[in-house]
Amino acid sequence: MSDYSLSDDDYYNDEDMFDITQDDDDMNMDDYTEDFKVDTNSKRKSYEIEYESLNQPAVEKLMQQDVAYIIGILGVDSSIAARLLRHSSWNKERLIEKYMDNPNTILVAAGVTAPEPPSVTSPIRTHIGDRRTTRSASKIISTLSSSSKTSSKASSSSYQPAQTRLKAERFVCPICYDDSSDLQTASLDCDHLFCTGCWTTYITSKIRDEAEHCIRCMAEGCCLVAPDTFIQSALAGEGEPTWARFQELLVRHFVSCNPNLKYCPHPGCTNTVSCPAAASKSSLTTVVPAVSCGARGIPGSPEALTSAVAAKEHYFCFGCPIDSDHRPVVCSVAKMWLKKCADDSETANWIKSNTKECPKCQSTIEKNGGCNHMTCKKCKHEFCWVCMGPWSEHGTSWYSCNRYEEKSGTDARDAQSKSRASLERYLHYYNRWANHEQSAKLSLDLYAKTEKKMEDMQITSSLTWIEVQFMKKAVEEADKCRMTLKWTYAMAYYLARGNEKELFEDNQRDLEQAVEELAELLEQPIEADAIPTLRQKVTDKTVYVHKRNEIVLEDTANGFLEGRWKWNARVEGFDEPDQADLV
Amino acid sequence: MASISARRLAKELHEIQTEGCPVGINLLQADDFAAWQFTIEVMGESLYQGEVFTLLFRFDKHYPISSPAVQFVVTDGKTSPVHPHVYSNGHICASILGNEWSPVLSVIAVCLTLQSMLASCKKKERPPDNDRYVRHAPDNPKKTQFHYDGNSP
Repeated sequence: MSDYSLSDDDYYNDEDMFDITQDDDDMNMDDYTEDFKVDTNSKRKSYEIEYESLNQPAVEKLMQQDVAYIIGILGVDSSIAARLLRHSSWNKERLIEKYMDNPNTILVAAGVTAPEPPSVTSPIRTHIGDRRTTRSASKIISTLSSSSKTSSKASSSSYQPAQTRLKAERFVCPICYDDSSDLQTASLDCDHLFCTGCWTTYITSKIRDEAEHCIRCMAEGCCLVAPDTFIQSALAGEGEPTWARFQELLVRHFVSCNPNLKYCPHPGCTNTVSCPAAASKSSLTTVVPAVSCGARGIPGSPEALTSAVAAKEHYFCFGCPIDSDHRPVVCSVAKMWLKKCADDSETANWIKSNTKECPKCQSTIEKNGGCNHMTCKKCKHEFCWVCMGPWSEHGTSWYSCNRYEEKSGTDARDAQSKSRASLERYLHYYNRWANHEQSAKLSLDLYAKTEKKMEDMQITSSLTWIEVQFMKKAVEEADKCRMTLKWTYAMAYYLARGNEKELFEDNQRDLEQAVEELAELLEQPIEADAIPTLRQKVTDKTVYVHKRNEIVLEDTANGFLEGRWKWNARVEGFDEPDQADLV
Repeated sequence: MASISARRLAKELHEIQTEGCPVGINLLQADDFAAWQFTIEVMGESLYQGEVFTLLFRFDKHYPISSPAVQFVVTDGKTSPVHPHVYSNGHICASILGNEWSPVLSVIAVCLTLQSMLASCKKKERPPDNDRYVRHAPDNPKKTQFHYDGNSP
C-alpha cells in the first residue's frame, strides 16, 4: 500500500512501483488519513509552518526584555544598555563576554564614552591613510571654529537647551555660524557644542534620508552615539513622524539581527513574523516557510477599506526574499526559477518566433528579408528557409519551395526540432506559469465587477449579504490555487523524469482542471433567479478545488520531508543529481 | 532668514576673502551659493610640481549637514591629477566626501585634505577600475556613494 493511494485513486494500481517508500508506508498513511478525514482538525498540516505574527509594540517589548536583562547583568543604565546591545547586533552573550573582558573598550566602540585623549581616531581614511592629511585638516577646522572653544561646560549628554544656554555672546555655532545671543545649544558627553537647530536638522536628515539609527556626534572624528532621550528632545519640535521612523529603524535593526525574526516586506507594513522553525538554512530544503504577518493591503490606502480581496493578506516567505507564498516549491528551486525567468523568458520567446537554426552548424539565424535561399554566415551551408533542406536539391525552382516532403528536408527539420527541445521545454513551463499569474489577476478584476453586481442584487432581490458571499470565497480559493499551480510549474521544470514526477504532474493536472472549471463558473452571467443553482455549483466546486489544492501541497511537502524529490539540475542544499537526470 | 546653507557659505566666503586661502589654494569663482571653483597646486617637492588643477564644489540646500559634491574640473583643457584615488573624469574617492563627512568640515578643510592627498602620493597612476567607473559614472560624484550604500530606502 502506498501513501499516495488516498490522494488519487489512479495511483492505486501503481503501488508496487514504490518500493522506496514502503518502509514507512504505514505511518504515513495513518497521518494522511487522519488529516484528510477531519477537516476541522486543528493539527498543523505538513505544508504549514508554525509562526507568530508580531506588531511593532510586541517587538519593542522583546527589545526591552533584552535591555532589562543587560541592565541586570552589567548594572548599567538603560540608555547605555541599549547602545551596547545595538553595537553588538543584539548578541547578549558576546556583549557580556566582551564587557567582562574590558568594559572600556566596548563602551568606546559602542559610542557610549569618549576614548582616552591620545587615541584620536583618524577622520580621514583614503586608501593610503595618510596621517599628515588628518592633522592639517583638523588644524584648519580648529582655527575656523575657534570661537566654539569658549565653551567648556560639563554637560551631561542630555538635551537641555535651557541649561547649556551660554551667557557669553561669543558662542558661534560651528555649523550654521549663527551667533545670536539667545542661541540654544546642546552637546553629547564629548562637549562638542552645536546649536539646537543644527542638531535637529542633522538628526532628521540622518533618520529620514539615510535611514540611520546610530547617530554620532556632528564633530569631525567624534564617535559618540546620541542616546535616545537626546534624539527625542532634539526632534521634539520637529514632529512625530521622524521620531516614529526612528523607532521603526530600531525595530528593523533588532529584527535583522535575530534569525528567528523577519520584517514584513510589504510596503508600509511594520509587522514582524517570528518563525524559529525556519531560522536555519538547512531547514529550507524540507519546508517552505510561507508566513503571513496578518495585515492586509497597503496601510492607509483606500483599497484596504473598500475591497477585501484586492487588499491581499501579507503573505511572504520567511526563508528567502520572495514576497509571496511560493508553496509547494522550496526556496532554492523557486529562486533558480525566478532567475531563469528574469534572464531568459523574453529572449527565448523571441528566438523561438523569429529565428531558425542552421541545419549544419546550429547557429541561430534571423531572416530579416530577401529570398528563401539562405547561406549560413558561419559555415557557408546553403539551405532553404522553408523546408530547411539543402539548397542544392532545389534545382531551378529558385524563389519557391515545393519540396517540403522530401526526405532530406524532413531530416533537417527533425534535427532542428531536437536542438530546440530544451527551449520548447522551458517555454512550456514558463507559459503555464505566466498564464496562472495572469489569470489570477484577471479573476480579481472579475471579482470586483461581480461584487458590484452582487451588491445590486442584495438591493433588488431578497438575497441577504451572507448569501452572496460564496463568490468572494470562490475567487479567493481560485486565486490561492492559481498561486500553487504557478509554482508547481517551476517545480516540475526542475523535477527529474520518473514516476515521482508523473505523480506530481497528475496531482497538478487534477488541480488545474478543477480550478479551470471553477473559473468558468465564475465567468457565467449572474441572473437573479439562477442564483441558488449557481451558488450550489460554485460552493461545491470551491470545496473540491480546496481539497485538490491540499493534496498538491500536502503531497509535495511530504515529499520534501521524505527526500523523495529528485532534480534534473544542481540545487543548493540538495544532493548532486544523477548524471542521467541532468538536462 | 537666509537658509543655514546660505548663511554658512556666506560666512566661509567672508573668511576666505578677509583671511585669504592657504598656500597653493586660490578662489577662482564663487558667484553664488550653488557652485564654487578653486585652483589647487601642491607646494614644495612632489610628483605634481608645476601642475595646477581646478576643483569644483557643488552645494545642495542641506549643506553643511550633507557633504558638498567635490570633483576636479576636466573640461576646457583642464585635467584631473593622475592619482590612485582620482578618476579621469575628475571624481575623487575620499572618505571625508562620503561617509566620514562631518558638518564641522568646511570648503577650505576639504581643499587642504585634497592638497595633502596629492602631496603624499608615491606613484602617479589611475585607480585600477578607472575605465569601468568612468564609463558608467553618474554626473554627480555624490551619487556614487549610494551605489555602495546598502540601506538607502
